[in-house]
Amino acid sequence: MSTPAVTTPSRWRALTRHHLFWPVAVLIALLLVNVPFTPDFFAIRMTDGHLYGSLVSIVLFGSPLILVAVGMTLVIATGGIDLSVGAVVAITGALTCSYISDQADQNALAGVFLAMGIGLVAAVVCGLWNGFLVARMGIQPIIATLIIMVAGRGVAQLITDGQIITINSEPYKLIGGGYWLTLPFSIFVVAAVVAVTVALTRRTALGLLVESVGGNAEASRLVGIRSRRIKIMVYMFCALCAGIAGLMISSNTSAADGNNAGLWIELDAILAVVIGGTSLLGGRFSIGGTVIGALVIQTLTTTIYTIGVPTQTNLVFKAVVVIVVCLLQSPKFRAKVFGAKGRARTTAPAEPTTPADAAPKMEVSR
Amino acid sequence: MLNRRNFIAAAVGVAAAGGLTACAKKDDSPSGSSGGGGDKAITLGFSQVGSESGWRSANTESVKSAAKEAGYKLQFSDAQQKQENQISAIRSFIAQKVDVIAFSPVVVTGWDAVLKEAKAAKIPVVLTDRSVESDESLFVTLVGSDFTDEGRRAAKILEKVLEKAGHKGKVKIAQLEGTTGAAPAIERAKGFKEVMDAEHKDDWEIVASQTGDFTRAGGKQVMAAFLQSNPDINVLYAHNDDMGLGAIQAIEAAGKKPGKDILIVTVDGVKDGFIAMSEGKINAIVECNPLLGPQLMEVVKKVHDGEKVERWIKTKESDFMQDQAKDALPTRKY
Repeated sequence: MSTPAVTTPSRWRALTRHHLFWPVAVLIALLLVNVPFTPDFFAIRMTDGHLYGSLVSIVLFGSPLILVAVGMTLVIATGGIDLSVGAVVAITGALTCSYISDQADQNALAGVFLAMGIGLVAAVVCGLWNGFLVARMGIQPIIATLIIMVAGRGVAQLITDGQIITINSEPYKLIGGGYWLTLPFSIFVVAAVVAVTVALTRRTALGLLVESVGGNAEASRLVGIRSRRIKIMVYMFCALCAGIAGLMISSNTSAADGNNAGLWIELDAILAVVIGGTSLLGGRFSIGGTVIGALVIQTLTTTIYTIGVPTQTNLVFKAVVVIVVCLLQSPKFRAKVFGAKGRARTTAPAEPTTPADAAPKMEVSR
Repeated sequence: MLNRRNFIAAAVGVAAAGGLTACAKKDDSPSGSSGGGGDKAITLGFSQVGSESGWRSANTESVKSAAKEAGYKLQFSDAQQKQENQISAIRSFIAQKVDVIAFSPVVVTGWDAVLKEAKAAKIPVVLTDRSVESDESLFVTLVGSDFTDEGRRAAKILEKVLEKAGHKGKVKIAQLEGTTGAAPAIERAKGFKEVMDAEHKDDWEIVASQTGDFTRAGGKQVMAAFLQSNPDINVLYAHNDDMGLGAIQAIEAAGKKPGKDILIVTVDGVKDGFIAMSEGKINAIVECNPLLGPQLMEVVKKVHDGEKVERWIKTKESDFMQDQAKDALPTRKY
C-alpha cells in the first residue's frame, strides 16, 4: 500500500481487490520460498524427450487434486459438500487396474479404454447415488456422502482383494504418468476438464443456475429452476472428476492401492476450493480460484519436501501456512489488521483523509 | 418430517451394510478348520489386526496354512484395525477355553485387563509381529521382526552394494521414511543411523529424509522433489518396497537410471520389489518376513507343552542382493 505515486493506488487497490489476487500472491510467495533451497527451481530442461523440472512436477502431481477440486467447487457452489471423492478415486483406480490386469495383452487399446470406461461409469454411479440421497431424499450432504466415503474404500479393497494391483500397460500409463508433446499428458486432461467446466458454467446459464440453487434452493425451485436435477448433476460431475483423478493416480504409479489411493484428498480438495475464494455457504464459485488453490496446496507439499522440514513437523508447518493463507483471504481480517495499521499511520502525521478511511470500511461491509 | 427421518435411518443402514460387505471377504477363513491330530489337537485362537496391506494378507495366509499343516484347530478372528474387536475376540477365546491365544496387537497399550483374564484362565498368550506395553508376565513371548535390526541390516547391505558398484567418494543418501510415528518407520531409521554413525561418519550422509507414508504415490512424489533439491543424491534407502517402487519411477522421469546412477536399498521383500530387483532397478532388499506361521506354530506347541521359550523370537529373515533376485522371485508368495 506504500506505492508512492498518487495515481497508482487506485489501480493497485483494484488489483488487490481482484478475487484471485491473494491466492495468486500466496502461490508466487510459496514458489519463491523454494529458490534458496533449490537454486534452479524455475529451470525446466529436456530429459528423455520431455520437459523436466520442479514446476512440471508440481503440475503433474497436482493434476488429480485440481480435477477433484474443480468437481468439488460446483458441489460446494450448490451449498453441498462431497466427502466421498477419495473413495471414488480408489474405486475407479481399483476397477480399472483390476480389469487391465486380467487382460492377456495389457497394452491393447481396446481393453484399456473399456477398463477406463468401467471405472468412470462406476464413479458416475457413485455420484448419482450421492445426488439422489441429497436432492431426492433431502439428507444432509455431509451424511449422504459420508456413506460412500466409508464404504467405498472397503469396496475398493474388496475389488483389489486387499492387495496392491500392479499393471504393465503403456497406454494406461500415459494418462497420469506419461508425456505428450513434451508435457505431462495429465496437463492436457486437466486443461480439457477445466475448459469444459468453465465453458459450461460461464458461457451458458448453467453456472448461474448452480449459483442460484446454492443461494436459495427453494427460491430457485419457485422461479422454475429444477434445483434437484441441478444438484444431482453436480454430484455426478464431481464424481466423474474424481473418477478421472482416480485413473490418473493409479496410472501415475501403474498400481491400484485400494487402501491409500486418494486418501484424504477430499480434505485437500475442500481446502483448495476455500483458498480459491469459493464460499462454503454456496451461491458463488470460482473455477480459476480453485485451480490456483489446488496449485497452492501442491506447491506447499513440494516445498515441505524440498526445504527439509522434519517429518514430525510437516503437518504443523502445513497448518500454519494454511491458516495464514485463509486469514489473508478474509477481507474482514485484512481490514482489521492492515486497515487499522494503515489508518493509524495516516492519522498520526496529519488529519485523516476520507478515502483512506473509507476504504477499509467498505471492505468490512463486503 | 417423518419421511426424512426414515430415510436417514435407511441411509445409516446402507452405510452399515456397506461396511459389512467390505469386511465380508475376510469371513472365508476356515474358522475352526478341522484339525488332523485327533482328540489332542491344539486349539489356537488367533486375532489378526486386519487386512490393511499385502504384507498383512500374506501374514494371515501364512498363519492359516501353517495351522492346517500342523493339524491345529484354528479359531481365526479379524479385528478390522479396532482394539475393541480384538479384546472381545480374546474374551471369546477365553470363554471357548482354547489352548493358546495368539494375536497381533492393533495398538501397544490397553491390554492389561484382558490379558489378566487370560492369565486367570491359565491360557498362555503369544504376541505376533507387534509388541504391547504391559506387564511382562502377561504374555509368554513375541514372535516378530526386529525393525531396528532391519535398519542395521540395510546399512550393512548398502556397504556391499557400494562395494559391488565400485562406488568412490561421498555417499549422499536420500531416505524415504514410513508413516510418521509408526514403529517400523522409527526403528528402521534408527538402526540405519546407528551403523552409519558408528562406521561411516565421514563418508555417508543423509542429505534428505521425508515420509512417503509407505505408499508408492508418496515415494514417487517425495523422490521427485528430492531429485530437484539435491541432484547429487546417489543412494536411496526406502523403509519399504512400495515407496522404493514409486521412487524408481521418479528417478526414471528425471532421466537417471535406478540401480546405477542411484543405488537403491529397500526393506520388506514383496513380490513387486523382487521383480524390480530382477530388472536391476533395486540393488538390495532387506526382508521383513510376514510368513511367520510355521515359526508361530512351533512356539505354540512348545508353549502348550510347557517348554520354556525366549521372550522375543525373531522371525527368520534374509537379505537379498541383485544376483539372488531371479532365483528368489518364484518363491515370493505376496
